Amino acid sequence: MLLQRIADTDLFSSLRDMQRLQQQLSRLMSVEKWPSTQEFPPINVWTSENGAIARTEIPGIDPNDIEISLVNDSLTIKGSRNPEIVQEGQTYHRQERGHGQFTRSLQLPFRVEADEVQAHFINGVLEITLPRAKADQPRKIGVISE
Amino acid sequence: MPTELMETNKVEAVQNGTEQTRTNKVFIPRTDIYESKDHLLLMADMPGVKQDAVDITLEHNILTIYGRVEPPKVEEFGLTYAEYGIGDYRRVFTLSNEIDRDGIQASVKNGVLKLVLPKSKNAIPRKITVQTA
Repeated sequence: MLLQRIADTDLFSSLRDMQRLQQQLSRLMSVEKWPSTQEFPPINVWTSENGAIARTEIPGIDPNDIEISLVNDSLTIKGSRNPEIVQEGQTYHRQERGHGQFTRSLQLPFRVEADEVQAHFINGVLEITLPRAKADQPRKIGVISE
Repeated sequence: MPTELMETNKVEAVQNGTEQTRTNKVFIPRTDIYESKDHLLLMADMPGVKQDAVDITLEHNILTIYGRVEPPKVEEFGLTYAEYGIGDYRRVFTLSNEIDRDGIQASVKNGVLKLVLPKSKNAIPRKITVQTA
């Protein structure tokens, strides 16, 4: 009886399952490409000749609770997320979202025009625009031919 | 700093046989689900998702939440350092309670989806007192 059942299984469907498992495995491996940091929040940085844009995902935080400071070329972001208030008679099925305080510093590759730094908080993503200090900007030097 | 409370790395959703038409990444949003007497409250972290970019479908007792993220526009800027991936959010839940479909409320604030799922009238437990004879 057992033998019968094994013989009946569709070989192709199990092959498909194998492929899917393989895909899942390779996906798991590819996560390693990201520099894994234990620090919160994770930051992405875009740069150009004239400055940088730093973005970080901090959903559920009141923009008034975010503190951004800049000292020379290091940027510090501070904030906190409050835990959800559990009402009486309320039970939880899942609690995966973290809460607490965080501080994150970032060293920039150039000096920043501190007066022109802007920060926007849109849909849980904090975006900080950091223009490069004028004195620090690369200058083009023209060659004069005689 | 309570780093264990704040998970850093986003978890990518794994495809189950079906594939997406677009090639962008899809992540599993971290979710809290609370239950009270008359409703279920679902909170999901979806940074970058606008109020109008969320799709919620409830078919029988399968709840699917999907949030689309527009990739940030960065003209003349190049990504030089990345610690997180950018993509959509999708998650599917099987609800154990009967839900009053018409009463579902959804809102997005600061990148958090809040979903209030009122329990159907028939599903609210009634207290039955046992009478002694």
